Amino acid sequence: MEITLAHYLTVAAMLFTLGVFGIFANRKNVVVILMSVELILLAVNINMVAFSAHLQDMVGQLFTMFILTVAAAEAGIGLAIVVVFFRNRGSIEVEDINQMKG
Amino acid sequence: MMSQSLVMGPALPEILLAVLALAMLMLGVFRKGDTTALVGWIAVAGFAVAGVMTLMGSGHDTELAFGGQFINDGFARFTKVLVLLGTIMTTIMALSWMKREGEGRFEFPVLIILATVGMMMMISANSLMSLYMGLELQSLALYVIAAFQRDNLRSTEAGLKYFVLGSLASGLLLYGMSLVYGFAGTVSFDGLAEIANAGEVSTGVLVGIIFMVAGMAFKVSAVPFHMWTPDVYEGAPTPVTAFFATAPKIAALALFCRVMMGPFEAYAPQWQQVIVLISILSMVLGAFAAINQTNIKRMMAYSSIGHVGYALIGIAVGTTAGIQGVLIYLAIYLFMNVGAFTIILAMRQKGRAVENINDLAGLSKTNPLMAAAMTIFMFSMAGVPPLAGFYGKFFIFMSAMDAGLITLGVIGVLSSVVSAFYYIRLIKVMYFDDVVEPLDRLSGATQKAMLAISFVVILLFFLVPAPVVDGALAAAESLTGGTSALASSH
Repeated sequence: MEITLAHYLTVAAMLFTLGVFGIFANRKNVVVILMSVELILLAVNINMVAFSAHLQDMVGQLFTMFILTVAAAEAGIGLAIVVVFFRNRGSIEVEDINQMKG
Repeated sequence: MMSQSLVMGPALPEILLAVLALAMLMLGVFRKGDTTALVGWIAVAGFAVAGVMTLMGSGHDTELAFGGQFINDGFARFTKVLVLLGTIMTTIMALSWMKREGEGRFEFPVLIILATVGMMMMISANSLMSLYMGLELQSLALYVIAAFQRDNLRSTEAGLKYFVLGSLASGLLLYGMSLVYGFAGTVSFDGLAEIANAGEVSTGVLVGIIFMVAGMAFKVSAVPFHMWTPDVYEGAPTPVTAFFATAPKIAALALFCRVMMGPFEAYAPQWQQVIVLISILSMVLGAFAAINQTNIKRMMAYSSIGHVGYALIGIAVGTTAGIQGVLIYLAIYLFMNVGAFTIILAMRQKGRAVENINDLAGLSKTNPLMAAAMTIFMFSMAGVPPLAGFYGKFFIFMSAMDAGLITLGVIGVLSSVVSAFYYIRLIKVMYFDDVVEPLDRLSGATQKAMLAISFVVILLFFLVPAPVVDGALAAAESLTGGTSALASSH
């Protein structure tokens, strides 16, 4: 079977959905949320690279490089915020992020 | 193409601020002692210089830089000046707050500079790539600023919530961008507009646009993507909340305008319904949810959700008049918020900051000037003529009526009547309730100056509205090309 653009898009869509569900359905741990965010960004990268190859256009791959860079910075800042939160709260359970209603 | 890609002139204010941020980081690290005030005031001066450079730059031309990734047109100049004004005023507020609380860290002004560079990049974005980079530079700096009081549980919780929901929004936006790129074959706004005008509507691009609208709605905190706003506004330190309520909101709404009116203008019949819906939901939720709040920062959060709803009417209308309305609204919104937050920052009892609405009780007896100023800001937010807030709403509603969106305009007027209830309740608390514990007197020359400036602007806007109204018209024309999106697509 030949692997076409549609297959790549399907995989990326599945990863993206998993990432979004990981953020909302997860009741346990904030680190899982960070992983879900990474999953979303990687799904986008698959999309970009697949489209780039399909269109024979380098811009998609260039965009992927930028996304990778930003994803690294985002993970760094996310972990830093989780650490300062843990110092104050003593827990990173999602249920414990409840000082303010909402 | 090669020679064009070397052009950087139009981005000089951004380059200046980016270099300034790095230099200030060095200054903060290598200079002994507390450098917060020094770094902060240099940052303020830098913003002022960048603002002057933006204004003086190039007259009325539209210029491209970095191979067409970056655009500097009348619209960008107008909104950049607004953003810089907001940043200058909130930075000054933050500096006096940090001095008083002993919370000073030189990283704060540096982060504000970086966030401002991001906002200016967003406003000037002319391709999906530069849009994304600008947005992320702004967002990453803002996540850190929200959690700035790192020993305070509520501040760190605000930062965490903002981070999680903000990066989800970036993910949605980015997924939409990947679809738009794939199905249109380009990331440049000019290229996208060409393809859109050329002919049939591609479903893939439409799905991408919807994802992008969702992501941007998150960033401007429009319903149903507003969940983070009340918590972040309540938890973050007050000067940070003041900053969040002004500059980033203006930048995100400007970005929203640019994306909807630039590359996706030809799809207006498809996206218009979506914007109408989120606009109505934001106005209604902003009006009703604020009624029950006891914390004034939380109330301001719902109030800002409502204001975003009114501004979105202008984007839904999609005409030059609509965009002009948005810009006028943003300019006035900036001063109303700076004024209101100066008062919220001044809410202290025996040197301790308080933030409940009831703490304002009897302010008219203990501090009549402060009460009068707050009354003006609240009446202006409610849209009572002849204060500035009335004109903001007036231009927006008129553009909706002219474009035939009567229902939207009527819902806007009705929800602004409902929201008047909680603004006026605040005035009632200040004037008719008994003093429980008097607030401290307003201290500090900068705070008084900030209060006086916003007071005068809001009160006397109706005498000289021309600079803002004409400036907004010129800016809107440079974005829409003087034509109406819906008229050209019919």
